[in-house]
Amino acid sequence: MKDAILRLDGVHTHIGQYHILHGIDLVVPRGQLTMLLGRNGAGKTTTLRTIMGLWQASKGHVHFDGRDITKLSTPDIAQAGIAYVPENMGIFADLTVRENMILAARNGEIDPKRLKWIFGLFPALEKFWSLAAGTLSGGQKQMLAIARAIVEPRELLLIDEPTKGLAPAIIMNMIQAFRELKSTGATILLVEQNFMAARLLGDSVAVMDDGRVVHRGAMAELAEDTTLQQKLLGLSMDAHQ
Amino acid sequence: MLPNNPIHSILSGDYPRSKALSVALVIVLVSLAFAPFLFPGSQPLNVAAKICVFVILVASYDLLLGYTGIVSFAHTMFYGIGGYGVAIAMYNFNAGWGALGLGVLAALVLAMLLALLIGLFSLRVRAIFFAMITLAVASAFAILASQLNEITGGEDGRSYRIPEMLRPAFRLFDEPVLGVMINGRILTYYLIFFAALILFLLALRVVNSPFGRVLQAIRENDFRAEALGYRVVVYRSIANCLSAGMATLAGVLMALWLRYTGPDTTLSFAIMIDILLMVVIGGMGTLYGAVLGATIFILAQNYLQVLMGQFSGMLEAAGIPLLPGLFHADRWLLWLGILFVLSVYFFPVGIVGKLRQMKS
Repeated sequence: MKDAILRLDGVHTHIGQYHILHGIDLVVPRGQLTMLLGRNGAGKTTTLRTIMGLWQASKGHVHFDGRDITKLSTPDIAQAGIAYVPENMGIFADLTVRENMILAARNGEIDPKRLKWIFGLFPALEKFWSLAAGTLSGGQKQMLAIARAIVEPRELLLIDEPTKGLAPAIIMNMIQAFRELKSTGATILLVEQNFMAARLLGDSVAVMDDGRVVHRGAMAELAEDTTLQQKLLGLSMDAHQ
Repeated sequence: MLPNNPIHSILSGDYPRSKALSVALVIVLVSLAFAPFLFPGSQPLNVAAKICVFVILVASYDLLLGYTGIVSFAHTMFYGIGGYGVAIAMYNFNAGWGALGLGVLAALVLAMLLALLIGLFSLRVRAIFFAMITLAVASAFAILASQLNEITGGEDGRSYRIPEMLRPAFRLFDEPVLGVMINGRILTYYLIFFAALILFLLALRVVNSPFGRVLQAIRENDFRAEALGYRVVVYRSIANCLSAGMATLAGVLMALWLRYTGPDTTLSFAIMIDILLMVVIGGMGTLYGAVLGATIFILAQNYLQVLMGQFSGMLEAAGIPLLPGLFHADRWLLWLGILFVLSVYFFPVGIVGKLRQMKS
């Protein structure tokens, strides 16, 4: 197995009086796309938010690139090299597409070569470059959120349900973009409900249920084993068509 | 327009983006620039000076409320610090430029230190708590200003002399220019006008800088801004300090104009409400809104009563029943309130927002 860029050891998270994560153990290998799957309410988003420090782990440790980041603040974690694309298109609606992108560039400037590559992945962004991000369609907003995360090379991308609520054609565009992103050697932890997308993209997989990781392994193995899918995710055979 | 265009550079690339708005802004700018010649007399000049000061005060508040999403009730406190800085310095030392500079400097340092302290201690908490804390601090400051009789003049405030060149008796030329004698009062007006213009353009530069973009991102979603690596508390504190500094300078300008500083003219909660109304009327999150909001509100405050009196007289002379009473000059506050409710109803995004929407 490749070396791990991110490791969660027995992470517990409480939100108010609710105990959401019950000792998560998770490893994200460097240079791979790891899928984080699970039913609604399994704790996937909480896991990403805990990694980012948006919610503090009440117990356990988060190690990133060999460094304990459990108690770091969110800006410190972001500056350490983790980019986060939250659920529901985490864009700034009042700012233009350009301003959204520049915000994510740490020195305030975007490398023109990288921008050209991003426009290749998401052509709509070039077209609407000077428009307010709030005026974009749902798919375009999601593209912008992902583009913002990759505006500079980052050690790890955390992406929460990028295909949620998108039309099938847009989902295929998104999958293609992730494939290209993978080909550059990016490390990605991707939360996804769409099993078809997960099967096409994932190298490894972790499945969560009730705040725990209940399965870890290669994505290809889970994709082949329909009984396991049924057991872990409650997927019917129709979901694979 | 091209980025190397001088207008682009002066406006920091932030164009009005509406023909009607551009026309309105040019009318306000030209009227204020030539106010002593276009509208002779002390009352119009007083209104014009007040507009200049309030444009800065409202713009500085919009930097907090409209651009950063912070609700503060301590804005008049900073405005008051500016006023009292000038008052105390001019009252206690010789009324020269040195004393004025010292007063301004001391006021700026105190205001920005207070803003930093309030920011660092309370900008971590939820917005409503920050608003409450600023309200408490501002109230405490107002009480302090009233109680420290020896220093501030208490409830009576302080009247003082200003540098000779700015006094009404000073004459710059022996002969009138365009029919107007250029005296110290007019020089004070132009000092206020140009200071306000420069401060406004600096504020435009701030909100259109990378720093300003981060403030807007924080206003929209502070968690997302943090996830991009921005320390929200630091940015909010800097915005709070900048806004306080601008409000302090507005207080300085008003103190120079009035040659008097007291609790009612600087620290009153009514001024805080006026600032809020001007921001809402002009439009939040756009500095041009401060120009239109302040101009309309101050014109209404100063002339609505007179206009209503004349209108009521006309209705009475025409023998129309009931209406003369309704439009009596004493009811001007009622009509100002109605105007405000209507403007919020019809222009929820403010006048600037509405004009830009009409354009698109």
